Amino acid sequence: MSQKNRLSGGLLNRAKPLNFTFDGASYQGYEGDTLASALLANGVRLMGRSFKYHRPRGPISSGSEEPNAIVELRTGARQEPNTRATIAELFEGLSAKSQNHVGSLKFDFLAINDRLSSFFAAGFYYKTFMWPKAFWEKLYEPMIRRAAGLGSLSMQDDPDHYDKGFLHCDLLVIGAGPAGLAAALTAGRSGARVILADEDFTPGGRLNAETFTLGDASGADWARAAIAELTSLPNVRILTRTVVIGAFDHGIYGALERVSDHIATPASGKPRQILWRIYSQRAVLAAGATERPIAFKNNDRPGVMLAGAMRAYANRWAATPGQTVAVFTNNDDGLRTASDLLAKGVKVAAVIDSRADGPAFTGAEHLRGAVVTDAKGRLGLSSIKVKLASGETRQIATEALGVSGGWNPNVHLTCHQRGLPVWNAELAAFVPGTLPVGMVVAGAANGQLSTAGALASGAAAAGQALEGLGLTVKSADLPQAEDAPIRVTPLWYVPHKGRAWLDQQNDVTVKDVKLAHQEGFRSVEHLKRYTTMGMATDQGKTSNISGLAVMAEMTGKSIPETGTTIYRPPYTPVPIAAFAGRSAGADFRPKRLTPSHKWAAEQGAVFVEVGMWMRAQWLPKAGETHWRQSVDREVLATRGSVGICDVTTLGKIDVQGPDAAEFLNRIYCNPFGKLPVGKVRYGLMLREDGMAMDDGTTARLAEDHFVTTTTTANAVGVYRHMEFCRQCLWPDLDVQIISTTEAWAQFSVAGPNARNLLQKIVDPEHDISNEAFPYMGCGEITVCGGFRARLFRISFSGELAYEIAVPTRYGDGLVRAMMEAGREFNAVVYGTEALGVMRIEKGHAAGNELNGTTSALNLGMGGMVNKKKDSIGSTLSEREGMNQAEALNLVGFQPVDPSKSLLGGMHFINQGAEANARNDQGYMTSVAFSPSLGHSIGLGYLKNGAARKGETLRAVNPLAGEEVMVKVVSAHFVDPEGERLRG
Amino acid sequence: MADHRLKPITQLGGDTPRKDSFPGLTISERTDTALASLSARQGKPAQFQATAKAFFGFDLPGAGRVATGGVYTAIWTGQDQWFIEAPFASHEDIAPILKKGFGDTASITEQTDGWGGFDLQGQGCITTLEILCNLDLGKMAADSASRTVIEHLGCILICRETGQHYTVYGGRSSAASLHHALVTAARSAL
Repeated sequence: MSQKNRLSGGLLNRAKPLNFTFDGASYQGYEGDTLASALLANGVRLMGRSFKYHRPRGPISSGSEEPNAIVELRTGARQEPNTRATIAELFEGLSAKSQNHVGSLKFDFLAINDRLSSFFAAGFYYKTFMWPKAFWEKLYEPMIRRAAGLGSLSMQDDPDHYDKGFLHCDLLVIGAGPAGLAAALTAGRSGARVILADEDFTPGGRLNAETFTLGDASGADWARAAIAELTSLPNVRILTRTVVIGAFDHGIYGALERVSDHIATPASGKPRQILWRIYSQRAVLAAGATERPIAFKNNDRPGVMLAGAMRAYANRWAATPGQTVAVFTNNDDGLRTASDLLAKGVKVAAVIDSRADGPAFTGAEHLRGAVVTDAKGRLGLSSIKVKLASGETRQIATEALGVSGGWNPNVHLTCHQRGLPVWNAELAAFVPGTLPVGMVVAGAANGQLSTAGALASGAAAAGQALEGLGLTVKSADLPQAEDAPIRVTPLWYVPHKGRAWLDQQNDVTVKDVKLAHQEGFRSVEHLKRYTTMGMATDQGKTSNISGLAVMAEMTGKSIPETGTTIYRPPYTPVPIAAFAGRSAGADFRPKRLTPSHKWAAEQGAVFVEVGMWMRAQWLPKAGETHWRQSVDREVLATRGSVGICDVTTLGKIDVQGPDAAEFLNRIYCNPFGKLPVGKVRYGLMLREDGMAMDDGTTARLAEDHFVTTTTTANAVGVYRHMEFCRQCLWPDLDVQIISTTEAWAQFSVAGPNARNLLQKIVDPEHDISNEAFPYMGCGEITVCGGFRARLFRISFSGELAYEIAVPTRYGDGLVRAMMEAGREFNAVVYGTEALGVMRIEKGHAAGNELNGTTSALNLGMGGMVNKKKDSIGSTLSEREGMNQAEALNLVGFQPVDPSKSLLGGMHFINQGAEANARNDQGYMTSVAFSPSLGHSIGLGYLKNGAARKGETLRAVNPLAGEEVMVKVVSAHFVDPEGERLRG
Repeated sequence: MADHRLKPITQLGGDTPRKDSFPGLTISERTDTALASLSARQGKPAQFQATAKAFFGFDLPGAGRVATGGVYTAIWTGQDQWFIEAPFASHEDIAPILKKGFGDTASITEQTDGWGGFDLQGQGCITTLEILCNLDLGKMAADSASRTVIEHLGCILICRETGQHYTVYGGRSSAASLHHALVTAARSAL
């Protein structure tokens, strides 16, 4: 199809034609076109179907406020629904589809909804589809949702990536129209650090859409020169295709830069979009204004559009929605559309001016005091019906109608911190009221709707902002520009029996607003939610004010008394992908790798996420097909000879200073003051409320130097707690702490051959015999011929065991060296599963037992809470409720029938009692299959458990209807006397 | 005893430091630096300051600042706390070296392998870093440092030369994730 509605001129690169498709048909446009302008130039007015009634729709705007021309862009995984054709930049090969229809765009079967419109009035879903009740969720709601779809998803992963970034400036200028450019020039020339952001791909705002001049230049040329100057200033950064989406606390603004939306495929490694967080000292909001329509019957016909948009299409994009157009206005600005279209050679059938006393217009028939009452042409406007001042009606043939009901300043960002706009009767519009701290508003956004007014207010706003920062302002050299007064006579809708659309995206009519009022919805917030006006993706930019004007009329209140709904970020829709940024898929969060990770990966280890750590869970050998085979082997090999486990993930905190011992005395419930140098002690840490917080071992390397370990899960929390205690509770203590978790690669070496293996690694001058290095000993040693290391004789598995640490870079080398040295002992490396099995066999508490609801008494460590000293949680652990005879005690369990397995979380019920909460005797915290014993075992909390050993109970899982008879036993299944670890 | 000499690996698991090049930027794994934390003990501030001046040959820097002299660089990390950088080859066992100088006026802890460092060099530093962290890089002077967060990771960013040379230290265990974030950002920005 030829570009039959393409005009001369415009800001297009005609040397670069671009081919694209819409609903499968091929078209051509030019570089500089939007999808909407190119389609209009090709004579396509019908671009979509409405949300509820499936009415045929075309674009009504030329910008981001568009409610109608909503399309799907691209194909395959890059298909993107709900994009606005009015801001979609045309590129070679662009494939676009209309959405929300069944059948073709022209013959949409769901257009039947329009015939049934009386069933779909405001709040229809509250009134209809009520019976039978069960049908709502399963049938009606899915059906309605399907019918009211907004485009389709590709159901494929987005192949592109999205960045998030951070920018800083003295002055953020939002909008690069005349006000924004004047502000940026003023601030840029004054040396301030400026960011100028504009949602368009060609900065200039309305200067690109109008014909008037600035000085001797056209508006577009002046804007281009201003941008060239700003580009040359090193202190100014221009972000085009960037919409500022929200004003947040402390001068922080969110902005979405569409980096690659205007090309078919982002360049390799380049982002599709960047979500910027802009830290500004001051901001000038120069977001312009949005024209508002006048509602009349069938005002949603394709071809009916805002007058300013019609003018923009003609002047900037050299496109007209029809060979013959008409204009319907209540203000002087609408008349400009008629003159501009005439100047472009388009026939203007009539200018319908609702004002009887407005200025005269020559060049086309000027019907003063007249209003448009109806529009005809289902798939595209063919004629309008006009009621003349005399009361007669006339049918006027036209393919397009430009409508101007006045302009609404874009106050949105001024309201993001709950500021309310104020009514300006002269403009018949809301203008900014209370502003976010640091924001100044300029130009049309502030109600200065003339070009001269915008330029002057932009410069003044920048000046005001810079003076607030103590910067010297160089006055901007502003050109002469039009300064026409605003003459508008409010007209919100033309009364008629038919349906006149307010919110075209959500299909809300004047009737709906009246119905809402009739049904008792008086507040605008209720009106919005009941009718859904302004709740579509365009957020009612072209409908809200008109809607509340109708509401005001109904209630007999003024518009300012009626008030507006709250404006919230984002200003325009932001893809969820942009909010996610790079945190997607495997990069959702960072990973922490242990020092032996490389070695373990080479062995085919199965890794498990433990917080951010990736720990080896088990290391399968050839022929092992089930994890239990690997885990059982690792346990038995360790208990039978020797096993090695990377325990670097446990938190390590270096505690130094003259008061280090006293500090630990206060942190832990058991004493540390008399711990000799070269010894390790187990410590239990309580919270202020007396409950157990964390446990671990602490080694004393010198009088004033300890190394404390924490559980993996609580490493950060314990460090933060200790830092809080140090800085806030006891700043008088001379103690210094720092994390060394990652500085040392630490391995547990456990099993009867642990010492034999280590003696091959530890340099011979260090005696690690049982006599010289007994249980709970520690020391700084060297290994492998002089490498610095630390050795701790501690055991989590219950075996003769050590933990050996070397600087992390040598961790990989150490595990390889130990495996080499351990070959003669058939040494294994065991993972977290075997670690867990062995600690359960030994009855050692871990995260499952230290679960935040348990006390030292519950853990069987009540005696550790030393009463001769004060420590955190010690006093509150004496609370009566925590020390009753019925208190839970940690004990062991085994199934009466050894073939049965146990389940963590099972609750204990006495035999013969009903399984309910009242009869609850406690719960299972940890379970494992013990390869050492050949049956399942468990740890758990049981009421008065210490005195109930030998008893048989029911372990129940009411959720799954499972039950196992269990015997209460000691929690120490293996080596209860602790002979092995001391051996 | 068998010979089990330990071979070190870098924070990225390699035998040699990795270097990635982009137009206007190189990202290099920093493996030749020994690190220690230096914290002043209470009650002897004058003696501590004098010791520091004598030991390093320069005054310890104030908040947000970095000072360099001879083989040492001191980075302010908190009130009365600094990180000390020195060449790894000569200062692998850095803590006793400092302890000898400071005695009981300071607490010193080896931090060398607690961190994985990366050097960013070239004119593309700022455009890369601005999609990684929220520091005002344009105002960050040479010899300044700040804690920051990069891709959820707590890091220390040091400006060696404005716009041209920065060092990022992040936890060694997450060095691969940090490196991935740096190179992805560089690819995106440059």
